[in-house]
Amino acid sequence: MKRRKIDMAAVPGNAARGVDDRFQVATPLRRLLNKVFPDHWSFLLGEIALFSFVILLLTGVFLTFFYEPAMTEVVYNGSYAPLRGTPMSAAYASSLDLSFDVRGGLIMRQMHHWSALLFMASIVVHMMRVFFTGAFRKPRETNWIIGSLLFWVGFLAGFTGYSLPDDGLSGTGLRIASAIMLSIPVIGSWLTSSIFGGEFPGTIIISRFFIAHVLLIPGLLVALISVHLGLVFKQKHTQWPGPGRTNGNVVGERMFPRYALKQGGFFMVVFGVVALMGGLFQINPIWLFGPYEAWVVSAASQPDWYVMFLDGSTRLMPAWEINIPIGDGYVIPPLFWPTVVLPGILVGLSTLYPFMEARHLKDRKSHNLLQRPRDVPARTAVGAMAVSFYVVLTLSGANDVIADKFQISLNAMTWAGRVGLLVVPPLAYYLTYRVCLGLQQHDREVLAHGVETGIIRRLPDGRFVEVHQPLSASNGHADGHGALEYAGWVVPKKMNRLGALGPAIRGFFYPIEKPAEAPVSPGHPPVEARPEREEITSGEPRR
Amino acid sequence: MTTHTEHQAQQAREPLDVQDPRLGRFDIVLEGARRDDIEIVHYEPQVVPGSKAERRLTRTVALFFLLTGLAATAFLAIFIWWPWEYAPGRGGDKWYTPLLGVTMGISLLAVGFGILTWGKKLLPKEVSIQDRHEGAVNEDDRIITGQTMLYMADELGVKRRPLLGISLLAGLVPVGAVAAAPLVGGLISQPHKNNQMFTTGFAPAEGGGKVRLVREDGRPVRPADVSTGGQITVFPGIEHGVSNQHADSPTLLIHLRDSDAQEARQANERIGHGDYMWGNYAAYSKICTHAGCPASLYEQQTNRLLCPCHQSQFLITDNAKPIFGPASRRLPQLPIEVDAEGFFVAKSDYTETVGPDFWERP
Repeated sequence: MKRRKIDMAAVPGNAARGVDDRFQVATPLRRLLNKVFPDHWSFLLGEIALFSFVILLLTGVFLTFFYEPAMTEVVYNGSYAPLRGTPMSAAYASSLDLSFDVRGGLIMRQMHHWSALLFMASIVVHMMRVFFTGAFRKPRETNWIIGSLLFWVGFLAGFTGYSLPDDGLSGTGLRIASAIMLSIPVIGSWLTSSIFGGEFPGTIIISRFFIAHVLLIPGLLVALISVHLGLVFKQKHTQWPGPGRTNGNVVGERMFPRYALKQGGFFMVVFGVVALMGGLFQINPIWLFGPYEAWVVSAASQPDWYVMFLDGSTRLMPAWEINIPIGDGYVIPPLFWPTVVLPGILVGLSTLYPFMEARHLKDRKSHNLLQRPRDVPARTAVGAMAVSFYVVLTLSGANDVIADKFQISLNAMTWAGRVGLLVVPPLAYYLTYRVCLGLQQHDREVLAHGVETGIIRRLPDGRFVEVHQPLSASNGHADGHGALEYAGWVVPKKMNRLGALGPAIRGFFYPIEKPAEAPVSPGHPPVEARPEREEITSGEPRR
Repeated sequence: MTTHTEHQAQQAREPLDVQDPRLGRFDIVLEGARRDDIEIVHYEPQVVPGSKAERRLTRTVALFFLLTGLAATAFLAIFIWWPWEYAPGRGGDKWYTPLLGVTMGISLLAVGFGILTWGKKLLPKEVSIQDRHEGAVNEDDRIITGQTMLYMADELGVKRRPLLGISLLAGLVPVGAVAAAPLVGGLISQPHKNNQMFTTGFAPAEGGGKVRLVREDGRPVRPADVSTGGQITVFPGIEHGVSNQHADSPTLLIHLRDSDAQEARQANERIGHGDYMWGNYAAYSKICTHAGCPASLYEQQTNRLLCPCHQSQFLITDNAKPIFGPASRRLPQLPIEVDAEGFFVAKSDYTETVGPDFWERP
């Protein structure tokens, strides 16, 4: 029998044809490969959250192979000499083993913790980007809600996660969490008792937190993140205003190959940074805290940063106890307000904000173009108010450390926080509003009068004036005629941004090749008219 | 706006025959983009093929990838051969994690920068415009889908046969409850079993004597063990008394100076706790009434007890009344005395509820 020769060159084509025969993927795949994404550095902040979540999954799976979610009392007999012979829970002992007796365990634990911190940080910064640019407006309200829920689910993931080692610090956190649950009126004691399986601490909470941390919460996160990304894909990304950009189009790059390559590279960079942090920067050194003992705590016991605002609100809360004199009497402890009611209000306000704004502005239209923060002073000021509120609370969460390091009275710090919480946000609102208006005015001024050149001219009557470079040929002077219209995007304010001075010469030690020519529009390659576009071909002659 | 109208004009154009053998590959790519309502309006190679710049960039990318391999190999070598087991002191094992981090970090960063350079510098820059197709809602489809769903509802006929709806609801509600019942029923736990929220380890055992105050190592405490102005943490002298099983029991035994003790005793008498102290010794719960942290920082000069979690401060000479911070209730006092053998015992359990506040605390 003659052996049939396989044409190697035809193999991929045949395989592809075979796949398409069965799954009809050619059309959807073409759409995916061609999908256009707008590009701006601020769109990458959410990516950092996504990438750190991937790292969390990878390192977390490793940790589960060694961690033992049990509160059974054991006597530690591992490598870490200072704690040898100490009775502790199996959870704490296995966390110590992870750090000392598992090869590479410590770096995995630290990478897990750092990426959790990075996850929450990038969620917050991404959320601020979305808020301040108005990306949450119709049609993206759903995604805004999912995003703000992701913060709270991430918060729970973080809290259940750092409670697992059952060390002295996290045990104190757990104790406070149980007190917070206890403080809820009517159902508090039932809720706490049900979650802890009896009185605090009981023997079951660690294994319950474990299953929540490794299955329930990650499952919820994966589901929410999938929907979040799916909606970004379906609704297409917002874009900044600019040449050729309208509410009805997306101007950017096709997803493959360049955009996808940049994403992949960026993932590796995030991963690399987390690896460096996990190796070089110590985080949560549980062996220094000792096992959890209900009677031991040290000063400067701070939670992870994203929990600190709640710690701060708890510290600032005045001791207002509400007594209800019915029967034996009932109590609403002061702890209830800053830790249950406040987060409830924050969740409500943040999720409802898109609807409140749309209602206030009577705005029912879909918006795909972003707004510069300065162009919507009221929203920017509200955002600044929220941020300053959060910052005051977070700083108050560390007010004992600040008091200690800067030799300030602790009580003065508490009072400063209480007053600051009421005074700073309105002040931030006012200042931000004014700054926005000022920036707007300056933009208009440049559009009307041109860019400052730094050239001073003396007029015949002796006055000195600065020469302005008009932005268009038609606008000569301050007569208002021919002033350019504001396009919702950066107005060049320096001569080199106009291209008048040319870009700096590239090259680190010596100039590489000849200096590039001045770009027409800074930051954006020029969008050319149609006829030129027609000339783009493969370069191969049409036979 | 111009691009938009142009775009529509282009859509009206005849689709290209992609099977035409005269077309180059890029022409087909352009046609594909066109079919997805994409105009590639700007497509410009960043480097001239064969130029010095291209060779330089290629070298850079290659260097990054080689660096990745090098760092990854170093990671593996360190992972395998570096002494990693913990030893006290400043041994080489302290460098294990940092070295792993540096090598892993460099390898990942290098592959990242390699890919980024490849993508950003070597691939042509482009500007494409894609139509969003938003607002272009298909009104017909809305009507069709809406009517189809209403038709389905008509067919089911819940409106015409209300009994179906009512019985279905009556059936589904219990089924939903069945799904929730095991979870709720399994988890729920009566908080007041054995009166646990109102008792501590110091409650005298049934028929047993008074409970001794013991140290962390289990030894009972004599008055002479606490120097004037000093304080120690004591626990109930029962089985597992010094453990988290009795997380509410840790107590601070304070030996007050004469003048302070006088003041404290007077304060005690004001609220009918005249016999709670023994001599100049007073015992207060260490569990903060605010959030349950141990209020463990005792300032001798002012007789204040500070909780490091939320900075509640309690004045020991005034029945441990909260004088600053978020706590609203004083620390409960343990009535103490000295037994025949000269050791401290609790006269009775705490007479107030220990620990953080809750709704039904009397």
